Amino acid sequence: MQVPAQFQYEKATSVEHALELLGRYGSESRLVAGGHSLIPMMKLRLAQPEALIDINDLDELARISVEEDTLVVGAMVRHADLLDSAIAGEHFPIFHDAERMIADPVVRNRGTVGGSLCQADPSEDLSAAFAAVRAEAVIQGPRGRRTTPVREFFTGPYQTVVEPDELLLQLRVPIRSSASAYEKVERRAGDWAVAAVGAALRLEGDQLAEVGIGLTALGAPQFHAPEAEQFLTGGPATPERFAEAGRIAAQHCNPLADQRGPVDYKRHLAATLTARALGKALSRWRGRNHQEA
Amino acid sequence: MEITVNVNGQSYTRDVEPRMLLVHFLRDELGLTGTHWGCDTSNCGACVAWLDDVPVKSCTALAVMADGHTVRTVEGLERADGLDPVQQGFIECHGLQCGFCTPGMMMTSRWLLDHNPDPSEADIREAISGQLCRCTGYENIVRSVRWAAEHEAAAEGETVTEDTSVEVQA
Repeated sequence: MQVPAQFQYEKATSVEHALELLGRYGSESRLVAGGHSLIPMMKLRLAQPEALIDINDLDELARISVEEDTLVVGAMVRHADLLDSAIAGEHFPIFHDAERMIADPVVRNRGTVGGSLCQADPSEDLSAAFAAVRAEAVIQGPRGRRTTPVREFFTGPYQTVVEPDELLLQLRVPIRSSASAYEKVERRAGDWAVAAVGAALRLEGDQLAEVGIGLTALGAPQFHAPEAEQFLTGGPATPERFAEAGRIAAQHCNPLADQRGPVDYKRHLAATLTARALGKALSRWRGRNHQEA
Repeated sequence: MEITVNVNGQSYTRDVEPRMLLVHFLRDELGLTGTHWGCDTSNCGACVAWLDDVPVKSCTALAVMADGHTVRTVEGLERADGLDPVQQGFIECHGLQCGFCTPGMMMTSRWLLDHNPDPSEADIREAISGQLCRCTGYENIVRSVRWAAEHEAAAEGETVTEDTSVEVQA
């Protein structure tokens, strides 16, 4: 029987209360949202916080909304809610693509968007999706509120810029005319990615005006592929150039050999999935803009 | 710490350690052993119960998280007038097999039918994709859920007909 080690438990009733509890218990405490990453780690003693601060009752963080030209996804939004959100899917189909492949429906009922990002697992899907669409993270702490681009949110495996006394409030994604997609290879349904790529793009005429590429489980620093993005931006959207962008992304990522496959296989997937995600985003762009493929 | 949880419509107050998992609370504290404890790693789904009206893996939730909330287990599936159609479907179509995964399968299936009364085979397979059957016999489970969907639709059809006739008479 796997049971976590003993800990103090506190249930936060508001954001302010959560921050006060974080201040009181210090760096040996952890926030628990859905708990679907943290509780298994606690069972295995990979994490052993002295206090758990439960933020599941913070309904103010569980909303998806549109504020002016920004999609706002609260940190406590469950994966199932992001998958069900018509407004999120309309503007960013990449989220629905990714959510459909995150764990399984029952786990998605409990796991949260903010929890996934703060866990910063190198194989986590939403990190690449939010990096691809250039989202911003809003973080609250005793020193006030601050906003960080998701691309600067991750400082290493399982590490983020969120300080021990801070709390992630929401993810903000500017709604602009763009199309997006997410492609993943996994060993079986609901598994962690062997490799996965998210892509977002916007065309002006025949030229790619904006490109975002996020990589998961591929050792890409901060989950994105800036060299491939730079290569594509300002040129036409052709299958040949998407394939070349894939080769560049594969070259600049740094996958590890593990039970999911050797390095060369993962680089192959990086190249293939990058081209495939870009292609899918492009066909969505054309579908929406009524242009011929 | 003391927690109060409404399980299957009944309120229970117990003093538990914060580290007690919800599955152990249901089984060991309340004696509701219908919820099975399988893999312990959120993989197998034998422990699925509803927390606030959605199926969750109760081996990855803490009992204290359910304080002040509602839980529904397989013991709460039966209706006043008999078995839930999902339960009956598992009997009719031999969906039980060894029975170990059954409670979790039935809890997820009940939730599926509440939200999608006419699920396709693919919908059913997707819904239970986080739950493992070690008899490797998903065919009968899928058939059981389809059986429940069809019989529920038929039963509702009868109700509608009755209502209409009452209106006509009035």
